[in-house]
Amino acid sequence: MSATQKSISHLQALEAESIEIFREVASSFERPVMMYSIGKDSSVLLHLARKAFFPSKIPFPLLHVDTTWKFKEMITFRDRMADEHGFDLLVHTNQEGKAENINPFDHGSSRYTDIMKTVALRQALNAGQYDAAIGGARRDEEKSRAKERIFSHRNAQHAWDPKNQRPELWRVFNTRLAPGESMRVFPLSNWTELDIWTYIYSEGIEIPPLYLAKKRPVVERSGTLIMVDDDRLPLNDGEVPREEMVRFRTLGCYPLTGAIKSDAATLPEIILEMNASTTSEREGRLIDSDQAGSMEKKKQEGYF
Amino acid sequence: MSIQENIQKNNALDVDSWLGQQTNKSLLRFLTCGSVDDGKSTLIGRLLYDSQLILDDQLAALQKESHNRTTGDEGIDFSLLVDGLTAEREQGITIDVAYRFFTTNKRKFIVADTPGHEQYTRNMATGASNADVAIVLIDARKGLLTQTRRHSFILSLIGVKHVVAVVNKIDLVGYDKDVFDKIEAEYREFAGQLGFKSLVTIPISALRGDNIVNKSKEMDWYRGPQLVPYLEEIDVTEDKTEKPFRFPVQWVNRASLDFRGFSGTVAGGSVKPGDDVLVAASRKPAKVERIVTMDGDLDEAIAGQAVTLVLDREIDISRGDVLSAPGAVPEYSNQFQAKLVWMNEDRAMSGRSYLIKVGTQLVPATITNIKYKTNVNSLEQSATKCLDLNEVGTVTIATDKPIAFDPYAENGTTGGFILIDRLSNATLAAGTVEFGLRRAQNLTYQDFDVNRKTRSEMKGQTPKIVWFTGLSGSGKSTVANLLEKRIAAEGKHTYILDGDNVRHGLNKDLGFTDEDRVENIRRIAEVAKLMADAGLIVLVSFISPFKNERKLAREVAGDIEFIEAYVNTPIEVCAERDPKGLYARAKKGEIKNFTGIDSPFEAPENPDITLNTSDHDPADLANELYDLMFEGHQYRAL
Repeated sequence: MSATQKSISHLQALEAESIEIFREVASSFERPVMMYSIGKDSSVLLHLARKAFFPSKIPFPLLHVDTTWKFKEMITFRDRMADEHGFDLLVHTNQEGKAENINPFDHGSSRYTDIMKTVALRQALNAGQYDAAIGGARRDEEKSRAKERIFSHRNAQHAWDPKNQRPELWRVFNTRLAPGESMRVFPLSNWTELDIWTYIYSEGIEIPPLYLAKKRPVVERSGTLIMVDDDRLPLNDGEVPREEMVRFRTLGCYPLTGAIKSDAATLPEIILEMNASTTSEREGRLIDSDQAGSMEKKKQEGYF
Repeated sequence: MSIQENIQKNNALDVDSWLGQQTNKSLLRFLTCGSVDDGKSTLIGRLLYDSQLILDDQLAALQKESHNRTTGDEGIDFSLLVDGLTAEREQGITIDVAYRFFTTNKRKFIVADTPGHEQYTRNMATGASNADVAIVLIDARKGLLTQTRRHSFILSLIGVKHVVAVVNKIDLVGYDKDVFDKIEAEYREFAGQLGFKSLVTIPISALRGDNIVNKSKEMDWYRGPQLVPYLEEIDVTEDKTEKPFRFPVQWVNRASLDFRGFSGTVAGGSVKPGDDVLVAASRKPAKVERIVTMDGDLDEAIAGQAVTLVLDREIDISRGDVLSAPGAVPEYSNQFQAKLVWMNEDRAMSGRSYLIKVGTQLVPATITNIKYKTNVNSLEQSATKCLDLNEVGTVTIATDKPIAFDPYAENGTTGGFILIDRLSNATLAAGTVEFGLRRAQNLTYQDFDVNRKTRSEMKGQTPKIVWFTGLSGSGKSTVANLLEKRIAAEGKHTYILDGDNVRHGLNKDLGFTDEDRVENIRRIAEVAKLMADAGLIVLVSFISPFKNERKLAREVAGDIEFIEAYVNTPIEVCAERDPKGLYARAKKGEIKNFTGIDSPFEAPENPDITLNTSDHDPADLANELYDLMFEGHQYRAL
């Protein structure tokens, strides 16, 4: 590129693309909602949403589906963010599931996820009659995600039809819906995990401290380190939690989220460590490996 | 190496400078395309593998899955890395475009792996629409195929400027120079007609890694570049900032009583505070006062940046407006010529009403003329009345109200559009504006002093349109006739537009194909509107078999009362009555495209009234309809 030419950098281009997507949602739908799952991607999503509408406030609510098994630190962080940035926070829990005490130990990760996440999400979306739900998924996360459109159409049952997606040309998004149908929208589709971290660093975006290494109580189960976040985690015979320097690459329900041993206690250390990593990000998530094509199947059932 | 050691090693580098390097790398978006089995997915798998982006857990899973499949020396079927849907893995084909990401020391890449099957061409176009460069794969054993040509043609149409043609599986023809030379010559001849800015051809083996990163040891005769180094270096910058300023308004930002800004992405050129801008539609001028972002006000915004502009005066601007450079405004018209790639099983027809989305503008539009379609193999143009799935044609389009646009070659954002089906909401076509048809700019609606209200009052009646739809022989004309007699007896002014009668005159140039039926109804809808505008009560008795056209008729009527009357008489009864002997002839095959026999009738889902003449006296039905028209019954809103 010659010195006289003007252009914007790769991260600026991704940022602008995401902002454009946010504005398209606000302009084209009657009742949008943004999924807020408190992780690093959600933190970037929140930052971009604030940028898209500045100096106005984010013109739609943020929704957190609380399974009741999230890390305590996540909930504290969530409430502080809502307070600081003044967005409209909605929290939904599947009350029937809660009443039946559905948990990952007695019911298995697959049934638990279905009831407390997928069903809960459908409940919340139906109750709010949202016609667009913005999520933080990226195409580099998983194979079926890599195939999904930025504006991804859902039928009245919230199901995705991967074999019949609408063509998506340039950035001309078809936002039209029939009654009852909805759109899932993914402003971070073209970001990679490294982009997310670099952006967090260069923009100084706050993230939950669980991403940074610290001594935390963990137990090891079939090769995965599980943090003992509260006394609801049933310990096996002879199992004693031990203190380890660990951090998390993704955040979800604590009994289902594996920690990694690490000394990376600052952002630059995390970025360097991640760049040297030889395993993929979702490895720490137990739900994806339950069965082959499991993400695609969950998405067809309405999972994000 | 432990993570700890990694950090120590990497800390040798200053973190900030390393991050700076990462953020400043340029981004190249490319796609892979070509025919089925030419090895697109394998090539991407190879690129990911060679850039060491395949992580341990993925690799282990991959090796397990590659069992019983064609593998290279690494024991891996690379295509498994990219085919992400269960159906794709089961069938071993790619259905939809998959996006992959990789980075080298020089550049970041987003790859769109697109399907080769003709039926999934729309997904290939989706992948091409955001790409800077295309890799067209050609199987060395098969040479150029129809899909190679189709994809290349679509690339040129969607606006991909740079092409790398890779002749893959060169190992399977013994690394033969003659094979490569022949394919290269043939491809260059074809591509020469498509106007790409750059074209290179490279012989490769994706499976074995020949000429991907390093020069192949098997092909001494090849002197050209290797694929990855070429992609790292290719210059695709198109200086969009040199073009005239374009800013499609996406969202009006009303943060407070004192703040009114216009949010959008700069689609061309650049803008500074103090610059004059013009609203393309209203031609109203203003000066830019501030360029607002959350990071503070900017001194300048250039193409690609998403900002919020504050102007120095209050003028009426809303979503869909385009702010532009005063000296070079976009065209503002309601007619233009465009190229279309048709992407739906429902064929394109002239006269049918669609929605068009150009930038942030969304308006109803009609294809007024399909000039020709282009054969993807020979690039020859031939006359046609319709475009089928995956066909490419040149058309003229008229929008219901004027829109701002540029030729696609001048600005991809203000010149690229999609067509949307008004009922199913499906994305039907990708289009690129060629040029505006200026005569449309001089066409304005004349306002006369004597208007519909005056004319209606003179006749002492409220104009209405009753639209009868139903099969041939269902009793439409019988009921319409009885209804007209009763209304006329009260001294009101009526007219019946009857299918058969109109086809003898106004529509005698039309036959019974789907396209002609669409045009038939469009004309009648317009005539009915003119007559109602003249103050008449119009009864339209037409089979009108398609939902889309009935919807159009209702829309053409605008604010005129419109009643859709569905004469729902079972086809057996109609066929038995057969007043004109048409069913008998259709069944013998003497008449083609007969509604209900070999041409569909799409029953209305929400008619204002449904009439069945098989179990009711037509006179009773006419009275029922009369009550609906004049006794204050509620009409379904438009």
